[in-house]
Amino acid sequence: MPTIHLDKLIKRYGDVQVLHGIELEMADNEFTVLVGPSGCGKSTTLRMVAGLEDVSEGEIYVDGKPVSHLEPKDRDLAMVFQDYALYPHMNVAQNISFALRLAKRPKPEIDAKVREVADMVGLTEFLHRKPGALSGGQRQRVAMARALAKDSGIFLFDEPLSNLDAKLRGQMRAELAVMSQRVQKNMLYVTHDQIEAMTLADRIVVMHGGYIQQQGTPEELFKRPINKFVAGFLGSPPMNFLNGQIDERSGAIYVVGDGFEVELEGAKADAARQHSSKNIILGVRPSDLRFDADAPANKSLSLNVMVSEYVGAQSVLLCKCGSAEVMVELNSETPVALGQTLTFAVNPNGVHLFDQDNETAL
Amino acid sequence: MRTAMANRLTPYMFMAPAVVIMAIALLYPLGYMVWGSFRDWNPSQSIGEAEFVGLKNYITLWGDPNFHESLGVTLRFAFFVVSIEMVLGVGLALLLDRDIRGMSVLRTMFILPMMIAPVVVGLMWRYMYHPTIGTFNRFLESIGLPKVDWLGDHALTSIIIADIWQWTPFIFILSLAALQSLPRSALEAARIDGATGWQQIIHIKLPLMMPVLIVTGLLRLIDAFKVLEVILVMTNGGPGLSTEILALRISRTATEFRELGVAAAMSNYLLILLLLLTVAMFAFTRIQEARAARLRMAAEDD
Repeated sequence: MPTIHLDKLIKRYGDVQVLHGIELEMADNEFTVLVGPSGCGKSTTLRMVAGLEDVSEGEIYVDGKPVSHLEPKDRDLAMVFQDYALYPHMNVAQNISFALRLAKRPKPEIDAKVREVADMVGLTEFLHRKPGALSGGQRQRVAMARALAKDSGIFLFDEPLSNLDAKLRGQMRAELAVMSQRVQKNMLYVTHDQIEAMTLADRIVVMHGGYIQQQGTPEELFKRPINKFVAGFLGSPPMNFLNGQIDERSGAIYVVGDGFEVELEGAKADAARQHSSKNIILGVRPSDLRFDADAPANKSLSLNVMVSEYVGAQSVLLCKCGSAEVMVELNSETPVALGQTLTFAVNPNGVHLFDQDNETAL
Repeated sequence: MRTAMANRLTPYMFMAPAVVIMAIALLYPLGYMVWGSFRDWNPSQSIGEAEFVGLKNYITLWGDPNFHESLGVTLRFAFFVVSIEMVLGVGLALLLDRDIRGMSVLRTMFILPMMIAPVVVGLMWRYMYHPTIGTFNRFLESIGLPKVDWLGDHALTSIIIADIWQWTPFIFILSLAALQSLPRSALEAARIDGATGWQQIIHIKLPLMMPVLIVTGLLRLIDAFKVLEVILVMTNGGPGLSTEILALRISRTATEFRELGVAAAMSNYLLILLLLLTVAMFAFTRIQEARAARLRMAAEDD
């Protein structure tokens, strides 16, 4: 399977530059997910790889060969679109076999292939239906089957699950994960949904404003985000951010802010020591805040409950800490009154520090 | 009780004026024509004075070779005009369905012929076809080719060319609109699936445009059966009966031959023909809708 290399990829529409030198290397059989908010340039990047958008500057290499001058059909790739992009006038079998028929493959081979991929995605009984007579999930499967039938080296996905309802999306996500294990291809997947990114990716590339913010395994990005944007984008409920200042008192390092004082430990304290009295942002994920009424004041946050969202076994509480808002998770059995002040212990290893000026991690 | 009744009648009261106008402006003339077609009717007589002859006018026409000739000319004219216009109009739309600078100006220019009054179009082409001073023959002469007797031996071809010039833009515009409403991503998927430009047209674009194309073709066909002014001005049906299409024959039967009853009967034959076409068009739309609804139902069942 081919490797893909994006070399300082730039895209301009008229005078507006939307991609600012994307530099990315995708290894064999890797499932790479481009993730970011809308308008971050992730779809444009994918469409440039597909050949549906021109490259303004830079080059795309597949297996070391430049491809940006090639037509999509000459790039050996298959793509699944957000709106499925099925051919409405063809039935499922014709949709799946379109590429093979254009390539003038022998009929028995086409029939066998159609049956194989239809079986793989569970469409065998719908082969004679038109897309208009299929449900959303089934259409998505047809799009997948059509891409699979091509036997291309590269698979591109442009937000393939975002038109499905929540339950179906979860199910298709799992199927996609199984499929990607089975077919062993180089996959490039675009989504705005960080859960899809976390669950599917071998490697996540977080994009924002036409730049790559950070790339790495889901775990790397979750545990060691290099800036505030990545930290806030991955994880649900999102990371809490509190403005504060580094303060050194009798050898101990504190982050002091409106309504809290948290003592740092270990490596974090060492990192912070060089930035004494600097304005910083303290980042803590809800999962690193544990309800503990007896926690010492210098290792905890006192939070005033404003809103409680019941989501089953856990409730998400939106609280005030000084003037900032903080989200925490709490076992729903714990009795909580609105307006009540609760103490949450801060996991010392789950503390993230960001520079207030450029929002990068310290 | 009384108010309820009044409430129920209100909408009909509001619609009544429109219904009256419809009846006077649409149904009365139509009925008048049908009534007249059963009479031996001279323009100097009032319809009451004309003798009732039953189906005689229809039967005479059925066996009249001149009427057959005229019907034949009309059918040939309509067939060639519509098929050539469809090919040219759709072809142009496929060519021009892209972002080029000045495209909107170009499109406006393309539809200009449609906006010119038919009589003017007829006059224009008559001068261009003129055997000695016409543009075409002067051009042929200047490059050393023999002159062509445009409105003589080739009269039918010539009026077909003029009609194509005027009405291709109509099909062009509707095809372009259809093309631009096609799902972008399906075309992109086809490009990735390996379809060349031609294959995209044949396998994706044309099949998806088909519903619009069928309706457009039918509209043009109906119009082609009724065309009058351009031909009246250019050839007045001649030479002989070679370009005497039905509408022209009807008008001459009424004015020159002073046989209003026969003209009315001829109009009714044309009306029946057009009615059949229209019904076919509506039937097509209905079948399409029914099919779409059925498919939607089937999809929701799953």
